[in-house]
Amino acid sequence: MRPCRCLSAALGWGRPRGPPVPAQRQERAGGHRGAGGSAHAVLGPAGGAGLSQGPVSVEVLRHLERLALVDFRDREGVERLRGAVLFAQLLRQVNTEGVEPMDSVLEDRSLYLREDDVTEGNCTKELLNNAREKVEEYFVAPPGNIPLPKLEEQETFLQGYQ
Amino acid sequence: MAAAALGCGAGWRRAWRRGLGGTLPAPVPIAALVPVTVPVPARRPPRVVARNAGGGAVPAGKSGLAPWVPVVGLEIHAQISSNSKLFSGSQVQFAAPPNSLVSFFDASLPGTLPVLNRRCVEAAVMTGLALNCSINKKSLFDRKHYFYADLPAGYQITQQRVPIAVNGSLSYSLCIDNKMSQMVTKTVRIKQIQLEQDSGKSLHDDSRSQTLVDLNRAGVGLMEVVMEPDMCCGEEAAAAVRELQLILQTLGSSQAIMAEGQLRVDANVSVHHPGEPYGVRTEVKNINSIRFLAKAIDYEIQRQIEELENGGTILNETRAFDSKLGCTVPMRDKEGMQDYRFMPEPNLPPLILYDTKSLPANVNHQQVVNIDWIHERLPDLPSAKRAKLVELYGILPEHSFTLVNEDGLTEFFENVVKQTQMKPKKVIGWILNDLLSYLKQHSCTVKESPISSVLLADLLNLLEKKEISASAAKQVFEELWKGEGKTPLEIVKEKQLQLLEDQEELEQICQAVIDEHEKEVMAIKAGNQKVVNKLIGLVQRATQGRSNPVLVKQILEKKLSE
Repeated sequence: MRPCRCLSAALGWGRPRGPPVPAQRQERAGGHRGAGGSAHAVLGPAGGAGLSQGPVSVEVLRHLERLALVDFRDREGVERLRGAVLFAQLLRQVNTEGVEPMDSVLEDRSLYLREDDVTEGNCTKELLNNAREKVEEYFVAPPGNIPLPKLEEQETFLQGYQ
Repeated sequence: MAAAALGCGAGWRRAWRRGLGGTLPAPVPIAALVPVTVPVPARRPPRVVARNAGGGAVPAGKSGLAPWVPVVGLEIHAQISSNSKLFSGSQVQFAAPPNSLVSFFDASLPGTLPVLNRRCVEAAVMTGLALNCSINKKSLFDRKHYFYADLPAGYQITQQRVPIAVNGSLSYSLCIDNKMSQMVTKTVRIKQIQLEQDSGKSLHDDSRSQTLVDLNRAGVGLMEVVMEPDMCCGEEAAAAVRELQLILQTLGSSQAIMAEGQLRVDANVSVHHPGEPYGVRTEVKNINSIRFLAKAIDYEIQRQIEELENGGTILNETRAFDSKLGCTVPMRDKEGMQDYRFMPEPNLPPLILYDTKSLPANVNHQQVVNIDWIHERLPDLPSAKRAKLVELYGILPEHSFTLVNEDGLTEFFENVVKQTQMKPKKVIGWILNDLLSYLKQHSCTVKESPISSVLLADLLNLLEKKEISASAAKQVFEELWKGEGKTPLEIVKEKQLQLLEDQEELEQICQAVIDEHEKEVMAIKAGNQKVVNKLIGLVQRATQGRSNPVLVKQILEKKLSE
């Protein structure tokens, strides 16, 4: 069984061991120094080291909560996450020496190419039916990007979590 | 590259010093970037230019005191010119009723899947070939995750790992001085070209604390062209973008009109001392024209130099360009560095492209994109067009640049040349000096010109046949510009601008001028030949520009030698 990269990426793992593949982290427009760059799915030492050594670190949990806007809610939620990660780590026992990681289970299919014709659209009313709030055929959303409150201000379970 | 960079650096020091009065200096023309010795103003301590033993200023870049090397990289998003969107069949159109060009997939309703548009793939391959890239026969799609109201899915489908084209180059030219008489060619490396989705449009309504979202643009195909940081100032970046714009428009892969958002440019700017590692970069967004691009970059370089010279630091942030104030300001929306959690797009298999060698037999041609087929059908790129113009018509390279740069001007020029006996080298003067300056003064495009190529050709024929003088021709041109429907010949007759053909009348006028200007005559006889021109001018005035200067000179010289 070949470890699927999707799964490991979604869980924020380090890359499964195997031959080097084109680096996921690519510095935009080369050469420049940016504090973090366009970071990639791999969480690096914080993720990998913490996970393989035991509990998922608070750093990682906080990071995930901000990125994915999920709420681990309580100790049970975090435990479930840990359990899932530990279970998936079993995949690392598979020897992947010399095996190219799989990008997609669809890799042996050819990508269908559509002709450049206009075949959809013009369903404004139907789309807006789904919206709770609308203004003159525009969807309504909260203003800009509201900055997330800092950890101290949150009512999150993660405060004081070991 | 290092020398050019140093040249730029030297210029940047000087620009900073010119701003001592507290006002922001104008962008420095490249002429100022050539290292020359410059005396240091007395009221400032000579921090920047060291003095050698003899007390003279050391040429820029040689001393121990540090010049600054600005580094500019560009990320350009070009909207693909296609009928439908990248992954759905909704229409691509500028300015339509809100949310009318949106399919269920674009609104990211559950259960919808992306279906790749073939035309977008061809556009990206064309662009990659025109920019000398290697086309990846296998490229992959990824998801880039971030939350924003105009990105309904919460991720953008892009090509971050293995894009469709990599490792290309773009050559562009700049004028060394402001007079357009010396051009230098530079190259910027293209890191990659990738296909990606555009996001929708947000209209911020701060008064009601809400954002209105229009998804018409969501899902439109974009080509992102990533350029390496090989440029050093606003002028270089502007020239590179202009050339890219011309290439895209020639290929037809994008209409690349910045004002309509079909070409968006973000600049990455940093400064460092030569020999030291690159400095912290900032990203500058919200640049709406090529002119503003140069201004924004130059301002940001200036700002970073001043900040660092005053002991501050540069934050790795995103800044917006305010065109009214001419400066960059931190953008309120961006919250530190984003982690985009790139992952492969699970709904799309790899994109496979073929060439004639790898083309499988018995294949459905509609399902196959053949790189060689596209390569054979590439149109003449701007650089090739310019070279042809120079070769065919014997005009200067600088002229070919102006011709190709102005929409429709090349056609106009060629039409005039076809219909007139005047040599192209002379015609080009009328096109660039007269027609173009009138067009610019009245903010007209070539298509809107009141003078057609036929009319101009007629006028130039009259001039060539020596029926009118050059100055008379200019008068006729001015009259033609009014667009009253008269032909050049009619105007000449109406204003009596024909060249005087009566030799006797001409001799009489010449004699009169000689008689009235004894002083000048004596000067000529004493040996000062230049004064003859003054007499010729006087004769011209007396004949209201209707005399042939060559003939007049002959007559005058004959009379004066008697």
